[in-house]
Amino acid sequence: MFGRRYPHVVAAVLAGMLAQPAAADPAPPGGERQRALVHLVRQDCGSCHGLTLQGGLGPALLPGALRERPRAGLVATIIGGRPGTPMPPFRGLLAEAEAEWIVDQLLRGFPEDGGPLAAAPAQP
Amino acid sequence: MRLRLSSFIRCAAWIAPLALVAACATPPSAVPRGTGDLGVVIERATGQVQIIETSGRSALARVSGLGDLSHASVVFSRDSRYAYVFGRDGGLTKVDLLTARIAGRVLQAGNSIGGAISQDGRILVAQNYVPGGIKAFDADTLELLAEVPATWGADGQRAKVVGLADLPGNRFVYSLFEAGEIRVTDLSDPKHPRTERYAAGKQPYDALVTPDGRYYIAGLFGEDGLSMLDLWRPQDGVRTILPGYGRGEQALPVYKMPHLRGWAIAGGRAYLPAIGRHEVLVVELGSWREVARIPVKSQPVFVMARPDGRQVWVNFAFPDNGWMQVIDTTEQRVIDSFQPGRAILHMEFTPKGEAVWISARDDNKVLVYDTARRAPLGELPAASPSGIFFTSRAFRTGF
Repeated sequence: MFGRRYPHVVAAVLAGMLAQPAAADPAPPGGERQRALVHLVRQDCGSCHGLTLQGGLGPALLPGALRERPRAGLVATIIGGRPGTPMPPFRGLLAEAEAEWIVDQLLRGFPEDGGPLAAAPAQP
Repeated sequence: MRLRLSSFIRCAAWIAPLALVAACATPPSAVPRGTGDLGVVIERATGQVQIIETSGRSALARVSGLGDLSHASVVFSRDSRYAYVFGRDGGLTKVDLLTARIAGRVLQAGNSIGGAISQDGRILVAQNYVPGGIKAFDADTLELLAEVPATWGADGQRAKVVGLADLPGNRFVYSLFEAGEIRVTDLSDPKHPRTERYAAGKQPYDALVTPDGRYYIAGLFGEDGLSMLDLWRPQDGVRTILPGYGRGEQALPVYKMPHLRGWAIAGGRAYLPAIGRHEVLVVELGSWREVARIPVKSQPVFVMARPDGRQVWVNFAFPDNGWMQVIDTTEQRVIDSFQPGRAILHMEFTPKGEAVWISARDDNKVLVYDTARRAPLGELPAASPSGIFFTSRAFRTGF
């Protein structure tokens, strides 16, 4: 039962769901995408880890809390989730290079939220 | 800043002709007014709340200095004059809705998730993650009355407390995430709390009590099913309801935990978000027979019945949090799907349910919808709004 949550493979359905789908490109994300990622981490990851990243149902993501952990393991946690815990996999929503960029920012002290990107045209 | 300034002006423009509480300078009102149509909107990024009224659908005032409101929840005093705001950072702030002033504030924990108020309105209880446990406060003075640590296991570690609700008799029921337990603490003598423990399922993440105070239902993250305790017959212990609802299939990822509360109850049935399945589960109270499984757009977060129980409104986790769906409870099916805005975090029905207020975080707006026609009635600017709480909660068990 315990390991039922979050298999490493996410349904491919999820891949198309972000406004800007994650690319396979190994390059670090550009300016607009960085802003979207900061907003995502602060707001949506923040629903478990706190807007200030001091923790909630999920652990704190402040530099002091992460410093002892290997960078590759942190990237793997974002991409693959942690089975048996509520941490879901972001594979399909985030590219590997984006997860690496997020981890680097977390280790450095995460940027403040610049807000969401400009609104897309309204859908009927 | 542009948004805050414009909302300030809008706010002030409403206030002046009404001669009500002034927007941000806030001299006390000279004109008597009731509080039954008041509420608060959490502006989570700025640590502020807006005081709003639902009759004219306007903002009355903004109150600052409430700390980290990234997961804020609110209960109301029994005279529905004061809003008690529980912040993520452990702040507990008593806000006077009539004067728009902070009437008291304590930092009571390191990391908190919400609170509840006793049947007689005299005791506030906070549920905390760090340090794990509950704390009771005098609702008038915010003086600490009691602390009950959520200690469990051989090593005496403390669990995160979730799913707190008030019960008749100044008792409170809650769950322990890591421990898989339900506890009931009797605070009828607040200096001498008495706690009873019940083994429950794996990783309860939130819970609800039915409006009559009888059934406590905890959603489980760690297994397929929910834990139910009949509080009129606690000696029967916890029973698993809807066991194996996932049918052994692989769970889908959950990007936001659902929230449970007494709003799930309509027509003698509970409408419950499945975890890791894009379904709303419908179960009959008492018999615990599964009535229906309603397929929905994505992972449900809030599954909330309109006060008359005829409709159930559902919002969703990231990345589908722009959607909203409406279930008809006579047909047990989705009758409407629409996208009211970006990042829909919460909704709150007016006391009799003719309208629903919806927070659209990434549009910096609160939207008001007619529930019968699902048509917009208006909107108010709000900075990154999350929770919306109306004073009608003051009179409901479990709110």
